[in-house]
Amino acid sequence: MGYVLNFTLIWRHFDKLWSGLILSLELAVLSIGIGCIIGLALAILYVSGGRILRSLIAAYVEVIRNVPLILLVYLVFYGIPTVFDFAYSNTTSFVVTLSAYAGAYLVEVFRAGLDAVPRGLIDAGKAIGLTPFQRLVHVRLPTMLRIALPALSNTFVSLFKDTSVASVIAVPELTYGAQWINFNTFRIMEVYLVVTGLYLVTGYAILIGLRALERRYAIGR
Amino acid sequence: MLDQIAYAIPFLLPGLLVTIEVSLITVAVSTVIGIVLGVGLVYGPAALRWPIRGFSDIIRGIPILVLLFFVYYGLPLTGLNLQSFAAAVLGLTIFKIAQVIEYVRGAIETVPRGQMDAAKAIGLPFHERFFYVIAPQAVRRFLPPWLNGVTDAVKGSALISLLGVGDLLFGIQKVVARTYDPLALYCFGALLYFVMNYALSIASRALERRFSYIRE
Repeated sequence: MGYVLNFTLIWRHFDKLWSGLILSLELAVLSIGIGCIIGLALAILYVSGGRILRSLIAAYVEVIRNVPLILLVYLVFYGIPTVFDFAYSNTTSFVVTLSAYAGAYLVEVFRAGLDAVPRGLIDAGKAIGLTPFQRLVHVRLPTMLRIALPALSNTFVSLFKDTSVASVIAVPELTYGAQWINFNTFRIMEVYLVVTGLYLVTGYAILIGLRALERRYAIGR
Repeated sequence: MLDQIAYAIPFLLPGLLVTIEVSLITVAVSTVIGIVLGVGLVYGPAALRWPIRGFSDIIRGIPILVLLFFVYYGLPLTGLNLQSFAAAVLGLTIFKIAQVIEYVRGAIETVPRGQMDAAKAIGLPFHERFFYVIAPQAVRRFLPPWLNGVTDAVKGSALISLLGVGDLLFGIQKVVARTYDPLALYCFGALLYFVMNYALSIASRALERRFSYIRE
């Protein structure tokens, strides 16, 4: 033992962690936004589409959910540019990967939510003469969002934590900043303690915000 | 593309075994410890409950990658020098314990309160109330999410290649570094992970259906 904690070097390089945290949040927000669009579109197609469409969407969901994120990150960053004649920055490539990853998880959340919309509400919509499209926009989607909210918050926080995987392709987010300080200053304990704190505070802040939203809008099952 | 994969297979097999080995150890150890701590979280005195709650909330609040780096680079400073394999298993197991604690808590809490009260009323001591009344009902709630979590363990184990453990992903990267054909190799790797995890997901869904008659 006899290890003395010394945070001086961490504070000197704190800008690396701070800008990393901001980038982590940006990656998360962007990927979750795109993921939500993918998820919502595919969930609607899934519940209204034919068998072929359903199997295609199910295949996308199962493949993404059963492969480690780090492997998908490598596949998109190193693999795809070898067949198509283009290259993208590591940040863009990660956003693409995490969006596709988020999409697969969010399809399931949205689909389960759409399935849980009470039959009576949809029938009531029919009874007052709403077209199928109006029923979707005014009845099914708003109800589905309120039902899916708790599951959505958990998925969002989990996706925020998944941004740490971006460090493996040198995207300068929070975990990458931690490794930089780790390798350059060797204040290993200190840097990981600070980064753990940053992840915890940010993650729980997101969760508390979403829980407040749930208390306001969520419908209990 | 196919000959690339055929060339790679002998190099990937040892890694595949390491991935399976790490996942098995992680799941086995974390299940045992997680069940004990989970029961402690539900029935223990406050002095036991709060540390367990804190442990679970902190560990589940940070990315596995950060936890792995913490264990691998940080622990030697406290005098505990772990090989990369041991550090990887330790990091993954700590993470999995926190998850198992929550599965256990969730499973026990869905057993209706009246069951415990009834068992008390007929005069069973705590260990009998737990083993004869609560546990058999909680197990059906515990198994499906737990089996689903095994998939997470296999996926999480891909991160240990970053600590230099020769798992499946590490094997894939070694071959990629030699053949410069990342697409074929990563696709093949994705297929291998998919086959392992999909089998687990199917089993998990079958379990869920098996126990789907339980309704509150």
